[in-house]
Parts: sequence; C-alpha cells; structure tokens
Amino acid sequence: MNAYPQVLFKNRRPGETVLLPEYEKNGGYQGLRAALQMTPAEVCELVKDSGLRGRGGAGFPTGIKWSFFPAEQPGDKYLVCNGDEMEPGTYKDRQLLLADPHQLVEGMAIAAYALQAGVGYIFLRYAYEDCSQRVERAIEEALAAGFLGENILGSGFDVELHVHRSAGRYILGEETSLLNGLEGRRPNPRSKPPFPAQRGLFGRPTNVNNVETLATVPHILVNGSLWFHSLALNPESAGTKLFGLSGHLNRTECFELPLGITLREVVEDFGAGVRGGKKFKACLPGGASTPYLTAEHMDLMLDFNPLEEVKSRLGTAGVTVFDENTCMVAVTRNLNQFFARESCGWCTPCRDGLATISWLLDRIECGQGTDQDLAMLKDQVRNIRGRSFCALAEGAMGPVEALLRLFEHEIVDHIKQGGCPFKR
Amino acid sequence: MKVLLPEEQIDSFKARAAAIAHPHELIVDLLRAIQSHHGWVPDDGVLLTAETLGVLPIEVEEVATFYDKIFRRAVGRRVIHVCDSICCWSTGAEMIIAHLQQSLGIGLGETTADDAFTLLPTCCLGACGDAPAMMIGLTTHGRLTPEKIDETLQRERAAIAAEFAK
Repeated sequence: MNAYPQVLFKNRRPGETVLLPEYEKNGGYQGLRAALQMTPAEVCELVKDSGLRGRGGAGFPTGIKWSFFPAEQPGDKYLVCNGDEMEPGTYKDRQLLLADPHQLVEGMAIAAYALQAGVGYIFLRYAYEDCSQRVERAIEEALAAGFLGENILGSGFDVELHVHRSAGRYILGEETSLLNGLEGRRPNPRSKPPFPAQRGLFGRPTNVNNVETLATVPHILVNGSLWFHSLALNPESAGTKLFGLSGHLNRTECFELPLGITLREVVEDFGAGVRGGKKFKACLPGGASTPYLTAEHMDLMLDFNPLEEVKSRLGTAGVTVFDENTCMVAVTRNLNQFFARESCGWCTPCRDGLATISWLLDRIECGQGTDQDLAMLKDQVRNIRGRSFCALAEGAMGPVEALLRLFEHEIVDHIKQGGCPFKR
Repeated sequence: MKVLLPEEQIDSFKARAAAIAHPHELIVDLLRAIQSHHGWVPDDGVLLTAETLGVLPIEVEEVATFYDKIFRRAVGRRVIHVCDSICCWSTGAEMIIAHLQQSLGIGLGETTADDAFTLLPTCCLGACGDAPAMMIGLTTHGRLTPEKIDETLQRERAAIAAEFAK
C-alpha cells in the first residue's frame, strides 16, 4: 500500500524484530564501515550536507549541531540518545526500535566516531521495556561482532553503549533534564548556557540526538547526501519521516513517508479517511505541543518550513486527527491538563500558569465561563510565552494559542450558551 | 517483614557502584530493582539505596519523589496505568476509565480491598495507534473495549491467585 521508498522501515515485519544476521544481509553496518574509512570531520560534513534535521521535535539540523561539538577536546565526552518519547500522539521511535533496533546501534557507533565520544547512553522511557530489551540484545550482538567495544573493525576507535531505563515524567525529554536523570540527580532542567556540547553529562561535552535521527545516519553514510535529498517530495527538504497516525482516523498506524507529503494524502490515503464518514475538523500535526491545522491546510506539505509558515510545527510528525463533532475547547483542556500535570514545578509561569489555564478551560467547558475568563486566558498565554525556564510551557502554549487563533468562536459559543455546544 | 532486595542483588549494586566514578547514576536502577522485588519503595528502601550506593538519603528521596513510576506508597500486586492523554481521550478513554473503576470497585488512585489492583491515571503510553490503552506492570494493552478489559482482569486475577498459592 505504501509505494514510497522505505528506509527506516525497509526490514519491518509486524510483530517481529530484525536480528543481526538479517540486518547485515540487508546492508547493515555498511554505513559504519564507510564512516571508519573517513575522518570524523568528513562524517560531520556529510551529515551536514544531507540536510538531516532532528526528528525529536525541534528540527535542528543534525550536522550543524555536531559541528558545534568539541570533538578534538581531550577527556571524557558523551553521546546520548533521547528515547523518552512522551509527547502525546508520538509513538514512532517505539515502532522503529521494535522492528529494527540495530539501526540505532549503528547510528550511535557512527555518531560516536564523528564526535569522538567514546561512551553512549540510550535513555528509554519506563513504558518502553519492550524496546529496552530489544536494544540490549542488539548491543550484545554488535559487541560480539566487533561493531562495538574496543578497536571497532580494527579502526583503533573504542565505543561502549549503555541502556538507561527511566521511571516516568515527560520533562525528561528536555535534554538537560534528561542529563540530570542519567546522572541520578533530581531531573529539573538546567539553565542554558552552558549548552550540553560544552558542559553536559557529568560536566563533560555531550551531544543529545533523538532515536530516529541517529537511526537515519547509517543510511546517509551508505547512500550519500544527494540520495537523502531526493527522498523528500519537498525539493527544499531532505529524507523520509516516520508519521504516527492517531485519533479519529480509520487506520491509525505508523508509516514511513517522504517529507513534503500533503496532509490530504496522509489523512485520506494512509489514514483511510475520518472514522464514520465524518468530516475532518482539525489535527495536531506533530504531537501535543504543535498548533492545530484545519481543513484549509489539507493541501499543505507536512514538513518543517511549510508548517512554520502557517504558525504550526512538524514536531514529531505524530498526526492526531479530530472529526467535525469534536469540541476544540475540550481537546485543548485535555492537552493542557497533560502539560500542567507533567510540569516539573521548577518555575512559576509553568507551575502556576498551566494550572490557571486548566482552571479557565474547565470553567469554559463546563459552562461557567465568562468574557473575563476569555480575556484572562489570552493574558495567561501572553505572559507565559517567553518567560518559562525551559521549553515545556512554551510547547504547552501551542494548542492554547491555536485555540484562540482558530477556534475563538467555539469559546464564545460555550460562554454564550452556558455549556458545551457539542454535548447536545 | 518482606525482603526489600535479595542480598546477592545488593552486593551486585555495591560492586557496580564501587567500579564507577558517579554512583548516583545507579539510584533509579536500584529504586526500580527494589520496587520490582518488593512492589513499592518504603522509607527503608530509600535508606537501603543510599547505604548501598554510598550517597545521602536525601539525594535518593529527591529522585524517588520526582518520578511518577516510583511508588513511595504501598500499591496492589498489579498497578494499572490507564492513559488519559489526547489520543486515548479522543477514542473513548473516559468510558474505559469508568469501566475499570466499576469493574474494580475503586476510584483513580485507589487500591482494591484484596490488594490485587491499584488504578492510576497516566499520561501518554506511546501506544497512540492502538488507543485507548493501559499498562499493567510493564505490559501495554491497546485497542481496549469493556470486553477486552474484563478478560484481561480475569487473567490477571488468576495469575495473582497462582502467585499466592506458591
């Protein structure tokens, strides 16, 4: 059904995990072999040329991030894989690790070489015990085959990987909070600067990348940057992307699709349309923090820049669809409750501001809202934005701001009717 | 009193802590090991962790109380985490949560009188394509319906009865 080129999912079979012999038979660890023939700086340069942007939500160009890393500084340096994946609507990394975990191991070996960081940590969330076990098995296989450990493939470079199983909380996905989590400190975020590349894990230079980002790297080493650019439908972009579909669609699965695919094709072809023959009302294009898209955005390309142009974000490309009978005040209330509950409590705008927004949206949804509540909601958004310690509260403002921008009439209807117009 | 963690596991953690430069990094691992063996982490578990790793009890406690999946209060034999985030909410989580409460006869945050189940709400479990979802222990159950929940609870009850019989 999916005729687009499959890169990350090329070996994927439902309910199975690819082991080392099959992974190698299909070209596995050729990327690592190629990398070790190059200098670390050449590997960074290739990744920069490929146009790969971070797949964890922020979309920062990976090669540029790597170029900031002090690879030549002596002493301990660390590579960290962020597998926290706790933003509602996001389940792509789990699918990748369940299907073909060696891609992450190979990608980390390449990244470790490029950054000259000999120790890697794979941080996995509590709910992903299934992934932790598969990644640990892949590490064991790779160690036995000489792809990890001392003097990998006779290159003189040593690399060791460790799995860290976490114990909950969304904030650990924030990279400095994650580093505190790995160190066994209370995982409130750290202030930046210094950035992790200067002072990260145990005070040493550290590079943090998402699971999908690292798993993409081996394919770029084998096939080159021009090939990677050619995968995207948007000529300005590069690569495929894992899209996790959810919400009111007939088919809610994870697909590997080219960047630049339209929202219409994702919803109508891959999602098999909205459930029950209903109309599409809105969607989160990339997780709980990404501002809503509506029916007018159907022909928009799902990609980093095109989505920013309409005040949204690609985020993690977890597309959650809402049908025409969905109350967007109720949706936003649910999303905000998530962020309010997951706030670490460190800074006041996040700890108190998100709770206040939950209170206001509760009042409005339950029919007790007033015009003053609407004004206060706008005031809260204005005052939380740009004033929180880390990106959590900033992300939480995504759906609230989009509710006010795109669906203010629904808020007004709740206030006028003294209740939710969708509960009749 | 129930053992917090078998001696050989404590010794293994001591050896690991002695071999690394930053023993704090084992705090979460050790808390999870105690919880896995004992069911939850009582005050003595915090003290045992501190003593085993050679760190301060407060350094353990400030970590233990941060994570929602470290239980600092007693829980039942099985902890059910039911997702209330957006994808599950949009596919009927409210009905699923109500059904769980009714079947178990408890509210969110409570434990059944026979100590079999604790029911807790949780944020997204990363099973959004299989919504609505819940997690029992470390196993995710998706595409929930009331019938599927009843079958699962029945299976878990039988498994708990077998554990007690041992």
